[in-house]
Order: sequence, then C-alpha cells, then structure tokens
Amino acid sequence: MHGRVCPLAVSVPCCYANSAQAFPGKVKIVEVGPRDGLQNEKTLVPTEAKIKLINMLSESGLSVIEATSFVSPKWVPQMADQVEVMKGISRKPGVTYQVLTPNLQGFQAAVKAGAPEVAIFGAASELFSKKNINCSVDESLQRFDEVMKAAKEAGVPVRGYVSCVVGCPYEGKVAPEKVAHVAKRLYSMGCYEISLGDTIGVGTPGSMTKMLEAVIKEVPVSALAVHCHDTYGQALANILVALQMGISVVDSSVAGLGGCPYAQGASGNVSTEDVVYMLHGLGIQTGVDLSKLMDAGAFICQTLNRKTSSKVAQAACKL
Amino acid sequence: MGNVPTTVKHCLSYEQLIEDYPWLRRWLQEDKTITGHAYPEFVKIVEVGPRDGLQNEKEIVPTGVKIQLIDMLSGTGLSVIEATSFVSSKWVPQMADHTDVLRGIQKASNVQYPVLTPNLQGFQDAVAAGATEVAVFGSASETFSKKNINCSVDESMLRFEEVINAAKKRQIPVRGYVSCALGCPHEGHIEPSKVAEVAKRLYEMGCYEISLGDTIGIGTPGSMLKMLQRVMKDVPINALAVHCHDTYGQALPNILTALQMGVSVVDSAVAGLGGCPYAQGSSGNVSTEDVLYMLHGMGIETGVNIAKVIEAGSFICSALSRKTNSKVAQARSTACCDASL
Repeated sequence: MHGRVCPLAVSVPCCYANSAQAFPGKVKIVEVGPRDGLQNEKTLVPTEAKIKLINMLSESGLSVIEATSFVSPKWVPQMADQVEVMKGISRKPGVTYQVLTPNLQGFQAAVKAGAPEVAIFGAASELFSKKNINCSVDESLQRFDEVMKAAKEAGVPVRGYVSCVVGCPYEGKVAPEKVAHVAKRLYSMGCYEISLGDTIGVGTPGSMTKMLEAVIKEVPVSALAVHCHDTYGQALANILVALQMGISVVDSSVAGLGGCPYAQGASGNVSTEDVVYMLHGLGIQTGVDLSKLMDAGAFICQTLNRKTSSKVAQAACKL
Repeated sequence: MGNVPTTVKHCLSYEQLIEDYPWLRRWLQEDKTITGHAYPEFVKIVEVGPRDGLQNEKEIVPTGVKIQLIDMLSGTGLSVIEATSFVSSKWVPQMADHTDVLRGIQKASNVQYPVLTPNLQGFQDAVAAGATEVAVFGSASETFSKKNINCSVDESMLRFEEVINAAKKRQIPVRGYVSCALGCPHEGHIEPSKVAEVAKRLYEMGCYEISLGDTIGIGTPGSMLKMLQRVMKDVPINALAVHCHDTYGQALPNILTALQMGVSVVDSAVAGLGGCPYAQGSSGNVSTEDVLYMLHGMGIETGVNIAKVIEAGSFICSALSRKTNSKVAQARSTACCDASL
C-alpha cells in the first residue's frame, strides 16, 4: 500500500456509500441550443420563434442560455436577427443570456443591444483556426485581447471556448498540452470560465480524461466546462468522466439541436434532456424542470419540422 | 496501537479493508486507471443482434439474410453471437426458422453461438439442431414475468431448472438473463435486492454468467451503481454482464459505470438492432459499434474489428431497409474526413 493513494484514506463512509465515485452535488447547464444549435440547422428560423424558444427555456429552470451570436450575417445568416432577438426576449431574473462576440465590433454591437455577458472562441488546432476564422490560434487570441479589454472596462463577464479539444477534422488527434495552453491563455486573459469543446464528437472517456488531466494542471477545475458533441454517441459517457474529475458545468442543446457540419446527417450537440435525465438519475441537482425543457424542445422541433435528437424526448412521448 | 478505539483500528486494518471492499484489492492491483478508476483490460462483447435485435424488428427477415448476418459477424472477432431463439413460432414469428438458422450458419471455431431456450422443449429442439450453448431469461419483476411469459418468477425458475439440469447432463453451458434489472414498464422501480435474488438463483442453479438487463433503458449511472453494488454481494463480479438499452440515451454511461465496478462482459447489438417494444419508435439495444468505439478509445481490448462490424451492420440495415441506430456507423459513413481516433 506504500506509495499508493488510497481513496479510503480520505473517508471510508464516502467511499462505501458510492464505491469511490464522487460527483458534484450541483451541475450548471449552459444551454447552447438557440445559438450553437440553431446556427447548425439548415432551416432559417423566424425571429419570433427564436424568442419564444428562449423564453420557454428561461421558464424551465436553466440559469445560462446562449441567446445569439454577434457575428456578421454574411457568414452566419441564421444569426442575422441578433439585435432583435436580444431586445425581444423576456429576461428572467437569475438567468444569464450570453452571446458570442468574435471581435471588437461584435462586442460593441452586443453591448449596445443589451448583452450582459459575452463569449469568445479559440481553437486547440492550428489548421481548424485557419480554416474556420482565417488566422492562427495566436492571432485569434490577440484579436480577443481587444474584446477582453473592452469587456473589462464595461464590466461584462467573458466566457471562453476552446474547440477541437480532442480531435480536429483536419489535424486528427490534438495534443492535450495544446488544449491546456489555449485554455490557460483564455483564463489568464480574463475569461471566468473555459468551455472545452469536442467539436467533432470523436472523444471517448479515454481521450477526454487525458485532455482534462492536462488542462486541470493549468486552469482550476471550478472554471472549466465541457461541451461534448454526440456525433459518435460518446457524449454522455464523456460528460460522466468529466464530472468524476470535478467538472460541474456542462454545455448542451435542447433537443440536440445542431448537426455536425463535418459529418452530414450525423448528430452534433448532446441533448439537454438526455444530460438532465442522467444528472437527475445520479441525484445531481440542476434546477431544471425536465418536462418544461421537453416542451421547449417539442416546440422548436415542430418549428424546424424535424425530429428531436433527444432519446429521452423520443421515449417519453411514446411510453 | 495503544488507546485507539476498536472501530478506528478496524478502519486502519488493511486486511479488514480488503475484506470489506473487494473492489479495493482489484483497484490496487490494476495498472490501468482513468480518473483513479480501474478498468478491465479486456471486455467480452456478447453480440445479441441476430436474436434480441431481430426479434424486436417488425419486418420478418429471410433465413438466408439471418445466416449471412451471423456469418459476417463471425468474421469480426466477436467471440459470442446469440444466434436465435427456440421459442414457439406462435409467440415470436421472427424466430420460426431457428433450426434452419442454426444449421445454416458457418460456425467459426473460436465463436460461441448461444440460443435462447425458454423451456425444456425448446432446449431439446436446440440440442437436436446442434446448439452447444443455451440461455434462459428470468425477470426481476413479477408483473413483467406474468405478462411476458405468463407465469410468476418462481414458476419460471422451476422451468429453467429443468433446462439447466438437462444442459448439465450434456455439459452444455447455460447463460442466465435477468430482465427489468433497473425498472419495469409495469411496476416502475425495481428493488436491487429483487434483482440480486433472481441473479443468485440463476447462478446457483448453474448459469455460468448472468446478464443484467435494463429492459426499458430507464437506468442511469446512479441506479446502475446501486443495483450492481447489491448484486455483487451475491454473485461474483466475473460472472456478471450488463445488457443496457439505449431508449433514454443512457446505455454508454451505464456501461461505463459497470466497467468501473469491474464488470467485463457487455451485451450489445450490431447497428443497434431492435427497438423498444414499450416505447414505439424508440431505440432499444445499444449499438455494438458505439460500445466498441468507447472501449477501444479507452485502451480496452475486445478482439473485435469495428470496421467489419460496421459492414455487417450496413448489410442488415440494407436488408431491413432501415437506418442504422449506431452513431459511429452514421458518422463514419458521412464524415468528410475520418478524424475518428
């Protein structure tokens, strides 16, 4: 036993009760359906439907909802109504409505439209950064420096995203150290939380763990979130190991909105309903009312004329 | 140790700890750990597509197609393929060709082809058709047992005892299944102690392995953990398997939880064949491809070639004119670049 860490040395009753598995008592869900979800849906959704979706989500108990993106409508037509959406939603007290701001101009427009919180995106893969936003990872972080400065001055919190944390559609495997490097930069620049995204859903509990181990050395675990895609069906298993490593913030998308742009027809975001079902089954609090969440999912699927990607939603209405 | 309370001495005794927490010895001995968890180095996949999968598909599959599917699966590295069911064709028309299937397949030397035998008659027919391994299905829910096979759990155990005794005489191994291990469509919550009771009976009667089935897929890592903790008190862990349904998308995290507890046998179905008879349109069995992707990604060996399983899945889906339920198969077939690791 010498030289080996024994979990029982810490507290026997805890381990006996749950066989050496420790989970956070509470998990914060960051609902990305209205932005990340809809952005990857082909059908253009009318502004009123987006507003109604966000309002329904606000009523379900979610505390963070990614409402829209202040990106040029040339690049992302789905988000062209960004200002109307921000101004049109009924802001529920206790709910944070964050928006994406890819550059200073976007940030300024977001603040003008009343955004209380913004988010910026870095990539852990050089090729992905070049193909996606036409510059290197370092160059993108320099661009965000401007946004960070402006946000600090305005007292606006900034969330950071790192994409391709496990794999890249162009580079293949991504080194955990690279992810840690980018996450650390975003954190030291002032992002209060770093969401680690498995952009193409190739991660498994194996690669997820290695990546998280490297990142946790550089960024406090309480400032980390996971953004798992379900393209290979691994999302919930990956989220489970992340929770076991101390992560307590999970991104997900109502009805699993948003396919994978790198594998046509394949799924993308993990469904909030399925995540909440798992968390509640583990006795973890989320504050979310699953049936109200499913109502919001049913509404947006009807609007989009598509089936839900959530297995919980599929099963619940058929039993 | 001087004036140390007995309870503390008890806690500090390494020998006592190992006795109280058998998983600890395993944990300390295992080199392979992820997040402080020990995982098995090898997991045996029990492929149930041709039986459990096809049984829950609406379309009757021609015998030739079933045989071709099993032959393709035999070439993937799978070591156990549940081939068919010797149940009355009145109840399960899909399995009416059980004898033709068992006789028609090319049996690979390193593969077992268990068949379901709900009673002695079925067992005898199976043996006559060349079966070398059989399986019996118990239930942890009384209501499910009555509605499914028209008798109580106790009565079903008596039937299975006949099968197991007959199998023992012929040295034919018997696998036991316990359905509704995490919930019942009629009773709702199922007590882990009931699951343990049925599992223990099957094990003591002579089943070499007990597969614990989340028949309606409502389990989560929370309920899986509690159920396994209870069952492991009565049945050795190396005799346990999990049979998770993906109806609520929970199959892979449930399997992961089971692996963390030391289970190293997992049932799954190629292409996720077999919907859920209790939630129409919903998925049932977890896809073998998705399970393999997870296991291989964790460095766990299975001996199975995932690409060949995907091929077999593609074949049967084409024959059934349906889409695969496997996310791995879907992604691989449409990915613009093969970035999967």
